[in-house]
Amino acid sequence: MEKVTKDNSRSKILDALLADKDITVEDALENEMILNMGPQHPATHGVLRLLLRLDGETIVSCVPELGYLHRGYEKMAENMTYLEFIPHTDRLDYLAPLSNNVAWALAVEKLIGIEAPPRAQYIRMLICELSRIASHLVAIGAFAMDVGALTVFLWTLREREKILDIWDILCGARFTTSFTRIGGVANDIQPEAIAKADWFINQFDDNLAECEYLLNNNRIFIDRLEGVGVVSGEDAVQLGLTGPTLRGSGVEYDLRRDMPYLYYNDLDFKVITYNEGDCLARYFVRVDECRESAKMVKQILSKLPKGNILTNDPKKVLPDKVEIYTKMEELIHDFMIVNFGINPPVGEIYSAIENPKGELGFYIVSKGEGHPWKCKIRSPSMVNCQGLPHMIKGRMVSDVVAIVGSIDPVMGEADK
Amino acid sequence: MEIKELLTQKIKDKLPDVQFTTVEFRSELSIIINKKDIVKLCLFLKDDPDLAFNFCEDVTAIDWARRNQRFTVVYHIFSMKNKFRLRLKCDVEEDDCKIDSVSSVWKTADWEERETYDMYGIHFNNHPDLRRMFMPEEFEFYPLRKDFPLMGIPGSLPLPKK
Amino acid sequence: MGLEAKLNQDSFFTTTIDAIAAWARKNSVWPMPMGISCCAIEMMAVGDPKYDIARFGSEVMRFTPRQCDLMIVAGTVTYKMAHVVKKIYDQMPDPKWVIAMGACTSSGGMYRSYNVVQGIDQFLPVDVYLAGCPPRPDNLLNALIMIQDKIGKSKARDFQDEPLTEYPIHIKN
Repeated sequence: MEKVTKDNSRSKILDALLADKDITVEDALENEMILNMGPQHPATHGVLRLLLRLDGETIVSCVPELGYLHRGYEKMAENMTYLEFIPHTDRLDYLAPLSNNVAWALAVEKLIGIEAPPRAQYIRMLICELSRIASHLVAIGAFAMDVGALTVFLWTLREREKILDIWDILCGARFTTSFTRIGGVANDIQPEAIAKADWFINQFDDNLAECEYLLNNNRIFIDRLEGVGVVSGEDAVQLGLTGPTLRGSGVEYDLRRDMPYLYYNDLDFKVITYNEGDCLARYFVRVDECRESAKMVKQILSKLPKGNILTNDPKKVLPDKVEIYTKMEELIHDFMIVNFGINPPVGEIYSAIENPKGELGFYIVSKGEGHPWKCKIRSPSMVNCQGLPHMIKGRMVSDVVAIVGSIDPVMGEADK
Repeated sequence: MEIKELLTQKIKDKLPDVQFTTVEFRSELSIIINKKDIVKLCLFLKDDPDLAFNFCEDVTAIDWARRNQRFTVVYHIFSMKNKFRLRLKCDVEEDDCKIDSVSSVWKTADWEERETYDMYGIHFNNHPDLRRMFMPEEFEFYPLRKDFPLMGIPGSLPLPKK
Repeated sequence: MGLEAKLNQDSFFTTTIDAIAAWARKNSVWPMPMGISCCAIEMMAVGDPKYDIARFGSEVMRFTPRQCDLMIVAGTVTYKMAHVVKKIYDQMPDPKWVIAMGACTSSGGMYRSYNVVQGIDQFLPVDVYLAGCPPRPDNLLNALIMIQDKIGKSKARDFQDEPLTEYPIHIKN
């Protein structure tokens, strides 16, 4: 292959954009323009670059360019132990960091072959559902702000601050919490956190109804979003979309019900699906999922079992801090686990959970050492962004913002 | 019949010239095949009405850093009808780093294969648009190979002047 | 503003004008949020009703650099993104200040890898560095107050006769 230099590299992405040479322009007075919706843009949800080829105001083709936030996660994972990687998983989908922690902990536990005790599993379910609500609140707020309804953004952020307060009490940090550990969670849930979660859920429905009241019957909101960015169910499955983007197109696929993990079998919940496949359907999926998650949090809080929060497996699970300072064996185990890592068996696993954005999967290959030989992060936002050219073609420039908002990509995850 | 036996039985019946071995670990099934058979097998797995593997989750590669068969390309596919996940693996040599693209079977594989090309340098034949995904186009190296250092090679990525 | 900038001495008249102009300038700092990754969420949280940034005069987070004084770089800057950040910084009119928010912009943070710039002061002049991963919204407000103190002490003649940045123009044949 020829060496790529600065002169001929710029033409590669333009070649991809101009690839459909059989698109003809009908009116002789109109001409084509290439517009760059650059990485720095108020409405692109992070650093996503879109190259648009316009015919007047209609979009003829679109090429997204990622990589502006590529931090090298997979290379770093090959050089650090399984425990050291937990803070890095926080920053993947930074709107729902606890969900990513749970995904990594489940993947490593599957590889090692241990299971966390029931109380830890229920606590993990609780934080997963709370982060689903938090992530969807930002998604709805930013989406409404992009389309023009600025008030809703401040109201949903006000609700999200209450959830961040719960996490502050629980683990000490507002977000980027690094709460789960291999074999359980870091510390037990405090009674103040449970009381606050209870209070939050009881007043959440009314506040969400307030935000919905502004949007659901709003003529401008509905006109702006109805019929925009339509993806049929079959196309969605072909493109690999997951999460609310897929469920808004009529395909009823939710990892919590189809490939159950944690204790989701014991909970009673619906999988929200809407059939139209446009931006409005995806918005309704998110709002209804918030409500469904609130009901699940109520069930979890009532069913929380008693017990300890870390498994009792000395070679694989970090021992209790009090015992490290007083007993010899725990000190040695702690030293070995922190410095040299847990040694899982030789093999590979793939474990996925239902993140608020879609299916987050970790594929870990282990050669028996303390750090993984390879770790691949299957990020839902990157695959959802792949559906962008399909959805944008034929629409106008102002619809691009609405479509990107309805897919809700998070570039920290998409670029890894 | 259980899905795992059904799968191996069907591949033996319908595609007799495809040689494969299976490995099972933590209740996950992996099938190791030759790289020239990959598109044939994927088309069969997708179109068969009983198996119906209609969802491609992930395409990636592993660098074993050994002399023979340095890379392994790994595909994760899922069947929504049977709720079953399968892994396909093919070995690729370092001198002949080429494999056929499955983006004609599942469109998801398009960007995933571009990412694998960017990170490992494995070339996919018949790919509609093989460009680099994350690194800038002028970058000459493949970051996830084991001989590329973690801190990068100084001077390979330019920085703007102060 | 032009006359007393040319005078090299401080008199009663010029110091009063400077004080009034600095007071006006510091209480209406318009930030340009360069929100790249996780710190951008804490920057959004600074704008929400709990940690109100509007009471400091910085409510208008304009996303166009032409109208802003303060650039808050929030998030990990990679080599690919560095060119974009520099371009936007050059488009801001003088006087301008930069806050490096978070550990990633100050020194590369927890990402010691091939694609992350280990500190944006390699290509941008930074006024305030914020620690934290991500820094709490209260911390960002503290940084804003520090910048306001810095602006409050500035004089008109600091901003005159600055050399223009040479921005290369590519002409394609």
